[in-house]
Amino acid sequence: MASFFSDTYLGIALVIIGQILLVLLPLLVAQAFIMLAERKIWAAVQLRRGPNVVGAFGLLQSFADFAKYIVKEVVFPAGADRFVFILAPIISTVMALIAWAVIPFGDDLVVANINVAILYVFAISSLEVYGVIMGGWASNSKYPFLGSLRSAAQMISYEVSIGLIIIGVIISSGSMNFGAIVASQKGDFGLFSWYWLPHFPMLFLFFISALAETNRPPFDLPEAESELVAGYQVEYSSTPFVLFFLGELVAMTLMCALVTLLFFGGWLSPVPGLPDGLLWMIGKMIIVFFLFSMVKAITPRYRYDQLMRLGWKVFLPMSLVWVVFVAFAAKFDWLWGTYARWAVGG
Amino acid sequence: MIAFSFYLFAICVLVGGFFTVISRQPVHSVLWLILAFLSSAGLFVLLGAEFVAMLMIIVYVGAVMVLFLFVVMMLDVDFAELKAEMAKYMPLALVIALVLLMQFFLAFGAWDANAAAEGLRQNVTPTDIPNTNALGMLLYDKYFLLFQLAGLILLVAMIGAIVLTMRHRTDIKRQDILTQIYRDPAKSMELKDVKPGQGL
Repeated sequence: MASFFSDTYLGIALVIIGQILLVLLPLLVAQAFIMLAERKIWAAVQLRRGPNVVGAFGLLQSFADFAKYIVKEVVFPAGADRFVFILAPIISTVMALIAWAVIPFGDDLVVANINVAILYVFAISSLEVYGVIMGGWASNSKYPFLGSLRSAAQMISYEVSIGLIIIGVIISSGSMNFGAIVASQKGDFGLFSWYWLPHFPMLFLFFISALAETNRPPFDLPEAESELVAGYQVEYSSTPFVLFFLGELVAMTLMCALVTLLFFGGWLSPVPGLPDGLLWMIGKMIIVFFLFSMVKAITPRYRYDQLMRLGWKVFLPMSLVWVVFVAFAAKFDWLWGTYARWAVGG
Repeated sequence: MIAFSFYLFAICVLVGGFFTVISRQPVHSVLWLILAFLSSAGLFVLLGAEFVAMLMIIVYVGAVMVLFLFVVMMLDVDFAELKAEMAKYMPLALVIALVLLMQFFLAFGAWDANAAAEGLRQNVTPTDIPNTNALGMLLYDKYFLLFQLAGLILLVAMIGAIVLTMRHRTDIKRQDILTQIYRDPAKSMELKDVKPGQGL
């Protein structure tokens, strides 16, 4: 029986499908509660109650919304490019989901343990912009088109600084594999061994760039309600809209996982001595997610030219200088080898 | 399994390339080209060159193609008209293509590689270390100077492009972000307590 799963193609395929389901099903169910948690957090900040009617404390609100969306009619705008119009939300969701193939939840607790895992995530997140661009273009309408143009420029700008920040972490850990990156953060000082301390300024830059990359407020200009109605989503209804929505939410969760893995030691325990594990990873992701939704609740939207200025004239030079600094610090073993951990993990 | 994946990706590359050329709608052309790039990244993975595959996706699909799409969407060129214009020169183009093809065949027929050259080739997909490391050793140790020179040429090209396109217009109003940020609210506005029914 064991040889069936390790030797035959069918067996291997079944195992992989099983692993994929094991990651995707909890992830997708979690999105429902993440949405609810977000709405509850915004409500709490604005002194409202938030959803509280469907289920106890509104726990089933997201499922009710989901059911409402999918039974509605799919509306095609006149003159829309039908094929691209349908393809766009699918790409948006699929790209957000396939990035989870390389995200580990523990030692070897990962679907695909590949060498260039972090580059893979970076590549996939740079593809997510296509969903937005194609959706905006295929709608054959002015507001979506403006939204998609904004999104294209915005995502390209912030990808550059995200890439440079990731390079800093890669230099420190000496590997592009998430397992090795997390292992290199293991030290005698618990949470003070993680990369958030040596790479401290970059944590903020990464967090803000992640907001811009996932079109979250205060950088939600592609869908700015007050200027573009809803940007690239204007013409979408029913299931395609849900797919866009889901894609955005999953991409945001992915950014939470990335912040956790790169800067907060993934599944490592913050206190030396306690066992490492999946629960630490999920706990840290929830904390990062809470920060993400607090930002949405308390910040006003950026102006577009300031967004571009911030990306190109502030973040890009800062992260570039940081890469040079980390390279020198790692090469010459500054600060007791804090920046050169490749001997430890990778 | 590898053979199956190879043919799948190879067919996708060819189909993508073919439809890029014959597509009437320029945006569709770009999307087909993206398919071709993604599939060729898949081919790189099959070769064991995962780093090159990821760079292919990040640089070509993630950046270059987005800019292409951006331009094509903004320009709104009538490609049917352009193609009609081009059809006039088709015979000449075919003759040139034929001549070039012949030349390639002649050159390839006369090609006689030295047997020792095979041994001089760098093995880019070694099995003992990850190929990212192998590529890094090649680029930053063995061919360090050449690599830096290539970077320098790109830098010159970039500066040239910026110089050519930069025009500082003096007849428009500009925003100075720093003065905007450091503006003192106390100096620029005044709070008045207006009694009901009186006005200022």
